[in-house]
Amino acid sequence: MKIGVLALQGSFKEHIEMLGKCSVDAVSVKRPEDLKDMNGLIIPGGESTAIGNLMQLSHLDMEIIKRNRHGMAIYGTCAGAIILSKSIVESQQPRLGLLDISIKRNDYGRQADSFETELDIEKIGKFKGIFIRAPVIEKMNNGVQILSELNSKPILVQKNNILASTFHPELTDDKRVHEYFVDIVKNS
Amino acid sequence: MQKGTFLLKKGLAEMLKNGVIMDVVNAEQARIAEKAGAVAVMALERVPADIRKMGGVARMADPLKIKEIMEAVTIPVMAKCRIGHFAEARVLESLGVDYIDESEVLTPADERHVDKNDFKIPFVCGARNLGEALRRINEGAAMIRTKGEAGTGNIIEAVRHIRCINEEIENLQKMDQKQLDMKAQEYKIPLDLLIAAKKLKRLPVVNFAAGGIATPADAALMMLLGCDGIFVGSGIFKSQAPFETAKAVVQATTHFDNPQIIARASAGLGEAMKGLDIKELEIKLQERGY
Repeated sequence: MKIGVLALQGSFKEHIEMLGKCSVDAVSVKRPEDLKDMNGLIIPGGESTAIGNLMQLSHLDMEIIKRNRHGMAIYGTCAGAIILSKSIVESQQPRLGLLDISIKRNDYGRQADSFETELDIEKIGKFKGIFIRAPVIEKMNNGVQILSELNSKPILVQKNNILASTFHPELTDDKRVHEYFVDIVKNS
Repeated sequence: MQKGTFLLKKGLAEMLKNGVIMDVVNAEQARIAEKAGAVAVMALERVPADIRKMGGVARMADPLKIKEIMEAVTIPVMAKCRIGHFAEARVLESLGVDYIDESEVLTPADERHVDKNDFKIPFVCGARNLGEALRRINEGAAMIRTKGEAGTGNIIEAVRHIRCINEEIENLQKMDQKQLDMKAQEYKIPLDLLIAAKKLKRLPVVNFAAGGIATPADAALMMLLGCDGIFVGSGIFKSQAPFETAKAVVQATTHFDNPQIIARASAGLGEAMKGLDIKELEIKLQERGY
């Protein structure tokens, strides 16, 4: 089983370390050819406009979409969740559009409103939620499943082999969300 | 629910890694920077090259200017306060900027730096060596950058500073408890902070390059020397083709280990900013700070 982490910009080292704790030897993905034989991919937190631009420039977007069609599972955290979304409120920025949700950027506010709070996640339990200039999932369409909510807004969602969170498990010492994704990769 | 924790302050810097933060002086430049792939912008009244030319006392930018820039983009906005000027820092905090740069580019206001632990908003500070970096972290800085020599378009000082920090961390590896104790006293920092740097073999917070980066290859050089990302000040909007230069610096920062991509990104950019020889400078901004 091979899992890659999109290493264009953002918190990719943290994701690679976290996968290491799940006994997965993850690799950095910077070019389309790096996706060869990949069973899973994590799109990290960072700035979604920067990551989206860089993805387009190196033609990684088309390759990721193609690989996902052939079964590659994907997990996006924060900026990664934005990039996975089909609809981004008030933005034309580059995206993959693989997850049929509508997401609003920086909807909790600026950095002063970034927060930590305890979450309750289905199948996982209590989890430390770290939200940094986080987006809010506003609408979800066909078959997208909510795994956790905060103030009645979804913060961890899944559809088939695509997982998205608006918070950053990679900044904690808790590997359970990553383990959950590794299981999705194994089963897809 | 908790806000303003060190984890959140440091966390935002983690999200900026392998990205480029660009100096901008108005909404139009901010939009160009965002479109070119900047991860954040630094809202200023003048870029460092112009501050240098103008002379006089350089202060925090006009809040109107900062607000204009905050409204123009969706990426984080940083702004500078003078060293030690905690009133300017409070003004920036009240404006809601995402990061404050307590910067030697502005004229210092005190011989003591701002007590950054006391703020909800994170701070980035410049450093030339390990002692300076750890003193700033001890005061609460959640991100460090090299000082370099701002406004010169000359990379040599930034290179000197990152090499110095790397060497000093390397030297920690050979030290016994007593030597570490003495080093912590020399640096005027708690011993556990020094031990953290020793164990991690790097600074315990994100460390960007700043001060003199003018070309895509400059950005790549700093990344190859171990920096986590790049600040470009005058280098973008003092070049002949700002948007193309900005885009190329972003590409080079991500693909710093891939010379072919840097070659392609650098081709046909026209003149970079003219730049200055360090020996001919009347004022060295890097000597400000304590």
